[in-house]
Amino acid sequence: MRGLPDLYLQQLKTGVASIVQYRGTLVIWLIGNILEPLIYLVVWSTVSRSSGGSIGGYEARDFAAYYIVLMLVNQVSFSWVMYEFEYRIREGLFSAVLLHPVHPIHADIAENLSSKVVSLPFVVAAGAGLTLIFHPAFTFTLGMAAAFIPALVLAFLVRFLVDWTVALAAFWTTRVTAINQIHFMAVLFFSGQIAPLAVLPRPLQVVAMVLPFRWTIGFPVELVLGRLTPSQVLTGFAAQAAWLAAAAVLLKFAWRFSVKKYSAVGA
Amino acid sequence: MEIASAIRVRDLRKTYVVSEREPGLRAALASLVRRPKSEVRAVDGISFDLAPGEIVGFLGPNGAGKTTTLKMLSGLLHPTSGELSVVSYVPWKRDKAFLRQITLVMGQRNQLVWDIPAADSFELNRAIYRIPPADYRRTLDELVALLELEPLLAKPVRNLSLGERMKCEIAASLLHRPGVVFLDEPTIGLDVTMQRRIRTFIADYNGRNGATVLLTSHYMADVEALCKRVIVIHQGKLLFDGELAGLVKKFTAHKTIVVQLKDCAADLRAYGEVVSCEDGRLTLRVPKTETARVTQRLLADLPVIDLTVADPPIEEVIERVFARETA
Repeated sequence: MRGLPDLYLQQLKTGVASIVQYRGTLVIWLIGNILEPLIYLVVWSTVSRSSGGSIGGYEARDFAAYYIVLMLVNQVSFSWVMYEFEYRIREGLFSAVLLHPVHPIHADIAENLSSKVVSLPFVVAAGAGLTLIFHPAFTFTLGMAAAFIPALVLAFLVRFLVDWTVALAAFWTTRVTAINQIHFMAVLFFSGQIAPLAVLPRPLQVVAMVLPFRWTIGFPVELVLGRLTPSQVLTGFAAQAAWLAAAAVLLKFAWRFSVKKYSAVGA
Repeated sequence: MEIASAIRVRDLRKTYVVSEREPGLRAALASLVRRPKSEVRAVDGISFDLAPGEIVGFLGPNGAGKTTTLKMLSGLLHPTSGELSVVSYVPWKRDKAFLRQITLVMGQRNQLVWDIPAADSFELNRAIYRIPPADYRRTLDELVALLELEPLLAKPVRNLSLGERMKCEIAASLLHRPGVVFLDEPTIGLDVTMQRRIRTFIADYNGRNGATVLLTSHYMADVEALCKRVIVIHQGKLLFDGELAGLVKKFTAHKTIVVQLKDCAADLRAYGEVVSCEDGRLTLRVPKTETARVTQRLLADLPVIDLTVADPPIEEVIERVFARETA
């Protein structure tokens, strides 16, 4: 096998081999990724029950369904490249990467996927467990399930490219933690993570339409739960495609500028 | 017709702009508002050529600009000015074809993935450099044999010793058989046996592949064993470029005469500067022009058991070069 597929395969193998060395870290990530939606699930279910059984069109069992699916979607699309970049710059590990005759994003995507390969079974099991406990209101149709897969792939790609571009800030400032924090908050509010977007005030919903975050988490969740009209589904895919293109262009230029900066001030 | 250089450097410069700050809290607060900048000339107008297949020692004290130069040559740093070409490529453009032809071995944590066996990292490099499987197998077997890597391949890299890791680093850096090899302190921190093994290996790699090698080292033994030619830089400027023997000739006006006598009783200060005398083994430093005359007199005046005339050790020469420049 030649070229990129071979590189991805090797990176996946290396990634899985590295990850299983750190079972403790893996478990901590997993607990975080399962606990966070679980907390929102419990909070919103309680709120909806105490405010007459429904809020923004969501009943307690709808919230359960929303957050169980969100847990899976978030697991697929989330990345930690921002922290990784900060570490690489601080430790001077970028020089080795820059000497390779291949764009470093491939290694990062492959590494991300390898951790998902290892952790996904656990998250699915957790989802199944929560389903037994919370009796969520799932109504899947085959069409929705079929549309879900490309939505999920696009969500992953858009989120990864956006994260990777934001992570390039590490080339420009040593205070990336602040930038990561702002980015994290934006994702939390505008992706549908802290609450389904239908529950948020109208102005925030409008902002969320324009930003990329909703399309990386909330959209696939609402899609598979059958909460979107066919035209909303099409809008969603169009937004994902537009953001994918925009992020790819942005990344290309930002990467070029960042490397220029890096090679000007010293590696 | 002139033979094309593997590496061509003309009036190369690299200037860093750095913020300056006095120590202390007051200065720290002041730096919030105003940060005085100053320029540091890390590399200040150096020129040289390396012919294909040449091994050249690149010498200089810490902060001389060696690593900055290597980073410019390998495309990690953009020069401030000057011309630079490595195997006909402009390094900072980081063309993929260029990157496949070079390697930079620098420090201990570059090529290898920390938590997995080195063999897996090698396999990853095969994919990164798109090395055809047959070539990969052959090169790997060769590297494993030359560097005696067999017992190390299956161990996670973090469990390897410093020397073992360095050997694996070097192997990983050479799997794609680069024609140009930049080595920044390849033997630093290693014991004498390991240093010698790596030295032999570098000579061997150069011999087999005709690779051009530019090597920095603090160990003169490395330089003496590998490099006929040395380039010496200091404070970013080129001090010397030529044969190692020529460096000794140029920068030393003295020779060392070692005489074996019965004991150290006699006062020999009249013959030259007495460096040491132990168990009758006397070391004298004499002006080069006086060597023949002093030798004759020593043999005539004293019951000499043995006598050798030598150039001072290369460390001493280099030390004197830098001391003279700084003074």
